[in-house]
This record gives sequence, C-alpha cells and structure tokens, in this order.
Amino acid sequence: MLKIDNLHVKLEEEDKQILKGLSLEVPAGQVHAIMGPNGSGKSTLSYVLSGRDGYEVTEGDASLDGESLLEMEPEERAAAGLFLAFQYPVEIPGVGNMTFLRTAVNAQRKARGEEELSSAEFLKIVREKAKELQISPEMLKRPVNMGFSGGEKKRNEILQMAMLEPRMCIMDETDSGLDVDAMRLVSEGVNALRSPDRSFLVITHYQRLLNHIQPDVVHIMSNGRIIKSGGPELALEVEENGYGDLLAEAD
Amino acid sequence: MTEAAVKTKDEVTPQVSGAPKAADALEARLAALPLPKGGWSADARSEALARLRDMGLPGPRDEYWRFTDPRPFNAPEAKPLPIADGASPLFTSRDKLTLVFVDGVFDAAASDDLSLEGVEISTLKGTHDDADHWAKGLYGALETAGQKPAARPFAALNTAAAQDGLLIRVTGTPSKPIHVLHRRGSDDADVVWHHVIRVEEGAEATLLETGTVGARSNGVIEADLAKGARLHMIAAKRAADPKIGISHIFARVDEGAAIKSFVLSVNGNVMRNEAIIDMVGDDAVAHVAAAVLGDQNVGPFHHDDTVFITHGALRGESRQVFKKVLKNGATGVFQGKILVKPGAQKTDGYQISQALLLDERSQFLAKPELEIYADDVACSHGSTTGAIDEDALFYFRSRGIPRERAIVFLVLSFLADALEEVEDEGLRDEINERLDAWLTDRPQI
Repeated sequence: MLKIDNLHVKLEEEDKQILKGLSLEVPAGQVHAIMGPNGSGKSTLSYVLSGRDGYEVTEGDASLDGESLLEMEPEERAAAGLFLAFQYPVEIPGVGNMTFLRTAVNAQRKARGEEELSSAEFLKIVREKAKELQISPEMLKRPVNMGFSGGEKKRNEILQMAMLEPRMCIMDETDSGLDVDAMRLVSEGVNALRSPDRSFLVITHYQRLLNHIQPDVVHIMSNGRIIKSGGPELALEVEENGYGDLLAEAD
Repeated sequence: MTEAAVKTKDEVTPQVSGAPKAADALEARLAALPLPKGGWSADARSEALARLRDMGLPGPRDEYWRFTDPRPFNAPEAKPLPIADGASPLFTSRDKLTLVFVDGVFDAAASDDLSLEGVEISTLKGTHDDADHWAKGLYGALETAGQKPAARPFAALNTAAAQDGLLIRVTGTPSKPIHVLHRRGSDDADVVWHHVIRVEEGAEATLLETGTVGARSNGVIEADLAKGARLHMIAAKRAADPKIGISHIFARVDEGAAIKSFVLSVNGNVMRNEAIIDMVGDDAVAHVAAAVLGDQNVGPFHHDDTVFITHGALRGESRQVFKKVLKNGATGVFQGKILVKPGAQKTDGYQISQALLLDERSQFLAKPELEIYADDVACSHGSTTGAIDEDALFYFRSRGIPRERAIVFLVLSFLADALEEVEDEGLRDEINERLDAWLTDRPQI
C-alpha cells in the first residue's frame, strides 16, 4: 500500500535536513505505528506524505499503490486515498462543518470520476457516522472546529476519515490532548474503520494509544530515519525504558 | 481631521501649473449639474450650495482624502461606463416592496405601489410642491450636522443637486422590506439621489438596495431614528458592473434606537462610502459593516470606507466591521473613527478593519482612530492585513478540496464576521450564496 524508499527531505527555506533516508512499507490491511523522541521528524513525515508546502524532497520516493505521491497536489493525494488526521486540526470560522465535509466528499468523488452524493444521501451517512463518534447535530452545524474542545476536534478528524473512506490513513499524534474517554472514542472510531483494504500509519509519543489501536508493526524513528522495527512489544519496551537504549544501539 | 474643515479653498486643491483654481473647478462641476429649483427643499438646497462653496472640492492633500484621489468625483462630467443588462439576482426569494430608480429618478411604472402598512413613502421629485412635507425639517439637516468636524463636500453637493430620492416615514413595522432597485439608463449618467428616512418611536423597517446606479453616482441617506426605533439597511450593488460612486449615510440615533448597515461591494472602479452616525440618546446602538471584494483583473478597483461614529450619550454600543478582499493590485481604504464625547459613560465601541490580500500587488490603507473624552468606556480597535492562511488552505486541500475551491471557502470565512452583521438570517444566507457563486465562477478571486 504505502511504500517509502530512502526518503530525504529538507526544509525549503532553510538548509536543514529533516528526513535522512527513511524507508518503510505498510502493506494493505496493516496498522503501523511510528514512535520517536521529539524532533525526530515524525510530523514532517506526515506532512511530506500529504503534500504540505515548505519541504523539499532531495532523494528517494514515497508511493501509494505503486504510484509516486511526490508529484501530486495535496488534493490529488487525498483523492488517491491518502488521509492525514491532523495533530492540530485547523479552525475555520464561517464555514459550516457539514458544508466542509460534503464539499470534501464530493470533490474526491468527482476527482475519481464517481457520481457526487446528493444532499439527502450525504445527510443520512453523516448522521449515522457522527452518532457513532458521539458528535452532536449541533457540532455538525457549527463552523469547522470552532469552539470544539481538543477531544471534539480529534473526533471530528475521525468523522472526516470515516466519511472520506481513505485507503491509507496517517494519524499525527491523534492522542495528544485527549482524556481517557476521548481516546477510547477515537480508537473505537479507528478500529471500526480497520479493514483488509485499509492501512494506518499511527504517529504517537505514547504507547497508551497502542493499547487501544493494536499495531502490527512498531517503528522507532530518530534523527530522520527508522532505527528499529518490531512487533507491539517494541512499544512496551519504549514505554518502560525510554528511547535511550535504542538510540545508543543505533549509534 | 479638524484641519480639513478649516482649510481654505486654495489649500484644498493643489495648484498645479495650468490647473483651474479650486473655485473655478467647483463652478465647472456645478455648471454640469442640473440644480433643481423651487419646491419645499429650495431653502435647504441653497444653503447646501453656500456650504459647498465655502468648503470647496477636496484635493489630494486634504487630510480626509489622503488615500483616495477625489478627481473622479471632482470632474465635471461622468465618464461613460457601459454595463450588461439584467435585473439584480439578489433577494429574489424575499417578498418586498420594490421601488425602481432609473439613473436616480423614481420610475413609478416599474415600481410596486407605494402603499404599505406602517410606512409612508413619497419621493423627492414627486412632492416638489408639497409645501408642508414632513421631510422639510430633515432634508439637509443631518448632512449639515455631519459636516463637522470634517467637511464632506460631496454630501453638500448632493443636498444641493439631488434629482430624486425616497422620503420614507416609518410609523409601525411594515410586513416586508422596502427595496430600492437601481437601474442604469444611459452609459454616462451622473446620478445624484437623496433619501430621507424618519423612523418614528418604536417603529422598525428594513431597507434593501440593489442594482447599479449611474456611471457616476452620489448618494445620501439621512436617517433619523426616534426612541426605540430600528432601521436595517442592506446594500448590495451588482457585482459585474463598473461604477464610480460616493455615498454618505448620516444618521441620528435617539434613546434605545438601533441602526444597522451592511454593504456588499464586489468590483467597480472607485467607490467611497461614508457613514456618519451621531448617537444622541442613551442606550443607542449603531452597527456599520461592509464586505468588499476587488479584483483588478476585472477592472480598476479602489474602495474606501470612511466612518465617523459619535457617542454623545450613556451606554451607547457601536460596532464597525470592515472586511476587504483585494486582488491583482486592488486598493482598499478604511478610515474609521470613534468619538466619545464628555459624559458618554459606559460607551462600548468596537472597530475592526481587515484586509485579505490575495497577492503582493494589492494594498490596504487603514486609519483607525479613537478620540475619547469620557473615563468609563470600553473602546477597542484593530486593523490587520494578511494573506491566505496557508495552514487552513492545506487543511482543505488535504481533504481533497481543490485549491481554487479552498480559497473561495477561505474568502467566505474571512468575510463571515461582516456578514454576521446582517441580522436577518435568510438575507445573510442569500448574500453568502451569491458571493459563493460569484467567487466560484471566477476562480481567479
């Protein structure tokens, strides 16, 4: 599904290398987690994959189902099935959450040559999915993320994910700022979306989230590279001992 | 700003070699205008003419005209500006009393019947010989009061030369809005219209204004609000048409009364809208807002909002919300002032002016001012100029929304605070939908 090969990325405006030959592959249906200390390049990876400006790929490639992502516009990547759940979802005053969602769903359908959803069809689906995530009709009416609590914002991200039905979901520290209940809701939302055709790349600082969303593979990232990959036990090891040993080992 | 009012005529217009003297320029301007004679407004008109001769036409060195070149308004003749045919598509869903003005003159045949419960409507031209008309004491009176501390020569010119306009006396709560639909008859029409509105105690009305006025227009609204009166004014001129225009709203707001004005301006050539509001009674409310979009790829664009709100009594609440989206070298201007007079305690004054520049060639010039002579007030002002928020743009695009569509959303998002000032949700939604359509059909905005 997602293949990242020897990816080198620097900041566009600064001579600062962030990713230094990162390689990993997420097969269809699998959940991979990326853990790593602050500044290791985890968020940069999520932005580069989804096409945010400000980064320059100097070497390597990243592809989705064999097609390189790097030349695509962000909206093309989305239509191709890539989704990024933001660490800090953006507040958009004056644009209704529902309008935003419907425009996104239909823009992707249009880009893929599929028929757009009618208002009635869309409403039915969104109400159903919102209910599962305990998102009230009132929240759907409000401007995008305006006045939402941290947990509500993250649930809204998962609602977008559920509506857009991406094949490859990248979650950038979705657990940050969540209380226990919100984390359970978000995780249930994600688990409900797991399927043999859908993959997840879960970026997190803490092992806690991985108790709820069980990963197939855990990667440890440091200084712009994957330094170690393993099973879920690797996350437990980090939780117990920190990154110190692993970093020393990598050096 | 008081300087502007005391400048001599010679200082007002720069003496460029070969240029006519200021007084000559004014006489040439007046000579090109048909000045109505006689009738109940005769005295007010001749006084206005004397005022205008006293203050002269503004020049570029005039403090109040630093950011806007007055020459298009000073020129004796209007330049022809052809427009497309067709009625304004806005507010079509609403039941309303539509009154048509062609080149600033009331067209009774094209208009609805003037009778509507709760309001008396007549026209300036139509009541010429009605010696005791109720508007006699008001016509030109609020304009005169609004000439201090800053001179507004084009408003005086308007009072002297207005060809027609509505005289609206609201006595109750009319069941539907009064809708002024402007149409352009000839490509070079130089239009001067003047409405007088008196909202009696506890009465409430909504005035809508759409369409396109002349190639050059000069409009004045004098609005007098009695105790507890409410007046909503929503103006949305046709987007596609080129226009050169200046307008003034002069309002006097008595105790517990509220005036709310919203203007939507999309493209055009040179426009200046002034609002001069005097809050004379306790607990008065005045909100003025505008959403402005200019793209110089469509045509020249310079848009100036000049606002002067005077708090003269207790617990007044005023809001100024001005938002401008500027593209391809378009220029936006905002000059907004809140004056709190001695004794106007517990005043709540708010002013925000913001520009969204869609490229580096566009510019926004802002002069926010507060002048406060009372010690127990809450007044704030802010002015910002910024580009499209890249984080928000990326958020939209990451969800599959193409860049152009995302920019439309962000422009609407930017304008939302100004649109919020339209109290009627149905009208607000209609304006929003029209803006959306306008922006979507022209992805360059």
